[in-house]
Amino acid sequence: MLEIRNLHARIGENEILKGLDLTIPDGEVHAIMGPNGSGKSTLSYVLSGKPDYEVTDGSVSFDGADLLALDASARAAAGVFLAFQYPIEIPGVANMTFLRAAMNAQRKARGEEEISTPDFLKLVRAKAPDLGISQDMLRRGVNVGFSGGEKKRNEILQMTLLEPKLCILDETDSGLDIDALKVVSHGVNALRSPKRSMLVITHYQRLLDHIVPDVVHVMHKGRIVRSGGPELALELEESGYAAYAQDAA
Amino acid sequence: MPAVQETVERVRAIDVDQYKYGFVTDIESEKAPKGLSEDTVRYISARKNEPEWMLEWRLDAYRRWLTMEEPTWARVSYPRIDFQDYYYYSAPKAAPKSIDEIDPEILKTYEKLGIPLRERDALLGIQREGGSKVAVDAVFDSVSVATTFKEELAKAGVIFMPISEAIREHPELVKKYLGSVVPVSDNFYATLNSAVFSDGSFVYVPKGVRCPMELSTYFRINERNTGQFERTLIIADEGAYVSYLEGCTAPQRDENQLHAAVVELVALKDAEIKYSTVQNWYPGDKDGKGGIYNFVTKRGDCRGDNSKISWTQVETGSAITWKYPSCILRGDNSQGEFYSIAISNGHQQVDSGTKMIHLGKNTSSRIISKGIAAGHSDNTYRGLVSAHRKATGARNFTNCDSLLIGDLCGAHTVPYMEAKNASAQFEHEATTSKISEDQLFYCLQRGLSQEEAVALIVNGFVRDVLQQLPMEFAVEAQKLIAVSLEGSVG
Ligand SMILES: Nc1ncnc2c1ncn2[C@@H]1O[C@H](COP(=O)(O)OP(=O)(O)OP(=O)(O)O)[C@@H](O)[C@H]1O
Ligand SMILES: [Mg+2]
Repeated sequence: MLEIRNLHARIGENEILKGLDLTIPDGEVHAIMGPNGSGKSTLSYVLSGKPDYEVTDGSVSFDGADLLALDASARAAAGVFLAFQYPIEIPGVANMTFLRAAMNAQRKARGEEEISTPDFLKLVRAKAPDLGISQDMLRRGVNVGFSGGEKKRNEILQMTLLEPKLCILDETDSGLDIDALKVVSHGVNALRSPKRSMLVITHYQRLLDHIVPDVVHVMHKGRIVRSGGPELALELEESGYAAYAQDAA
Repeated sequence: MPAVQETVERVRAIDVDQYKYGFVTDIESEKAPKGLSEDTVRYISARKNEPEWMLEWRLDAYRRWLTMEEPTWARVSYPRIDFQDYYYYSAPKAAPKSIDEIDPEILKTYEKLGIPLRERDALLGIQREGGSKVAVDAVFDSVSVATTFKEELAKAGVIFMPISEAIREHPELVKKYLGSVVPVSDNFYATLNSAVFSDGSFVYVPKGVRCPMELSTYFRINERNTGQFERTLIIADEGAYVSYLEGCTAPQRDENQLHAAVVELVALKDAEIKYSTVQNWYPGDKDGKGGIYNFVTKRGDCRGDNSKISWTQVETGSAITWKYPSCILRGDNSQGEFYSIAISNGHQQVDSGTKMIHLGKNTSSRIISKGIAAGHSDNTYRGLVSAHRKATGARNFTNCDSLLIGDLCGAHTVPYMEAKNASAQFEHEATTSKISEDQLFYCLQRGLSQEEAVALIVNGFVRDVLQQLPMEFAVEAQKLIAVSLEGSVG
């Protein structure tokens, strides 16, 4: 699914990713943990094609294709989805309108028919309640006036409807209360499939109790410095990142 | 390249030559000789078989106009207009008696514009969502060539006809109201219009009548160097209600075309007039050459107590827009509203806004203005809210938001407030924002293209105003907004 080789990327003068390697096979869920500022969000932006980030070296292949050659919307249509650490507000654009515009844009890019209004409504009505998203939230402006937790749940609703191949979740657990964490995890787990891979960025082991990863990576100063099974997350919870700080210094 | 930067680049590469309605209809037309003199005025009046009093009215206006100076206070710049270099009248050769006599070329043009005059639909009243009917009084160049729905309206006692006909058929109404809101000597362009106005709509809704359908007029400019001087007069008698829709688009032209319209609205006691415009005149090519100069005087007089006038406009076209639909709140408890979306792109210059003149007691007004500037354009909101000494309890709420796309455009807000009565309550809010890179990226990450993202965000920005438009118009307007920004992102 995803193969990242020696990825170097910078924003302005700052090099933030410094030779990152990561492979996620089809159907696997990989978690990335790492201290603040280690470049986790940067990785998610570079993968999803945020314009300000410049890749200076390395390669990213996605389903065999050169991901870096595509612009952001083409990557989305190809199946890359980023659940934002800080979802963006778009005043005046009803959440429903946005969802539908996104679905149809991706369909159009893939040469598919637009979704009909009844089908779209049916789909939303089927998926929204499970994520605790009310009619009111669907009518309101995209993320406008949503609580932190509501924004995160809204991201998962978008992800559910768009059915991406690669889901990148950037700290989707931050700002969630215990119940919401379960709701979100349930939503994410429902999307696990042999054809879909996930990259879950988190600071806390407790998310990984709910979304059990196949592999856990430790990111530090723009590189993956260690990889292991789910038990690695437990170990980090105990001892923190001090050991890596010395290695990489 | 940052997303916004990229938008800027694309806006720079704008190809307004692809202007959607930039086609020209080939029909023979009859023109007044080029230039403006008393003879031109007499020619126009004669061509329209006007009574003597109308000719005198025009000549009076013409003589006043000669003494007036072109105003220069607006934030727009353009080469000096040579008023002798225009034609002031052109008409399709013979005035048709029925729709079958209408030049097929004209009908084709309307079809391209989505006005299926020939369709049974239209003849029966265009049925759209919600089942409302829209009457189309089609104005082609300077003369109305088709009027439908007249009979149904006549049944309700509503008079809806070209003003040239009203001058002959209802002289008492025209004499009473024409120039009563915008006096002959009001301003340079209005005075010019008074001298040479070509045609326009006349609406009279009698006492207590709710006009049974929305009234609509489509205007086009189609003759090289032909000034278009629309004159519209709408009167809602006591307790009457009418909603009037005006939409226009014009074919591509090299030379600048002059347009100086005057619209007068009179609302008597307990009456309400809702006037909606979607304006899409040719904005000029990518260098800003050849667009329409649009100098408009629109004013509504809330003459009676408890009357209400509401202006809603979507302005996307014209090279120069100079336009301030206003309300004179004369009657006690009268209300004025102004809802505006003004989009400028390429080299367009928009100076638009409103005046709310509070004269009566307990009058209120509301102004919601959304300006969107892209490309090299300049977009100015200019507003005046004033309360007369005797206007106790006057209230105004103004909200002016500007959205910038790129770094080469400008948005300006020039609000004037004058309260001569201490009880006046005026509130003013203004914001200027840019489409943020984060918003754009969020949309792109969900699969939207750059153009789709911009259109979506802009439509969100103007939502409050779009909601004021009649349903079928709102849909059209939304498309138009996308189209006008489509040009901006390649
Ligand atoms: N626009 C920018 N300009 C300059 N530096 C930036 C910019 N954005 C991020 N950085 C820097 O890049 C580094 C990595 O940031 P990033 O957001 O990827 O970290 P993170 O691992 O996601 O951290 P956190 O756990 O706090 O979310 C930080 O030092 C940050 O300050
Ligand atoms: Mg982060």
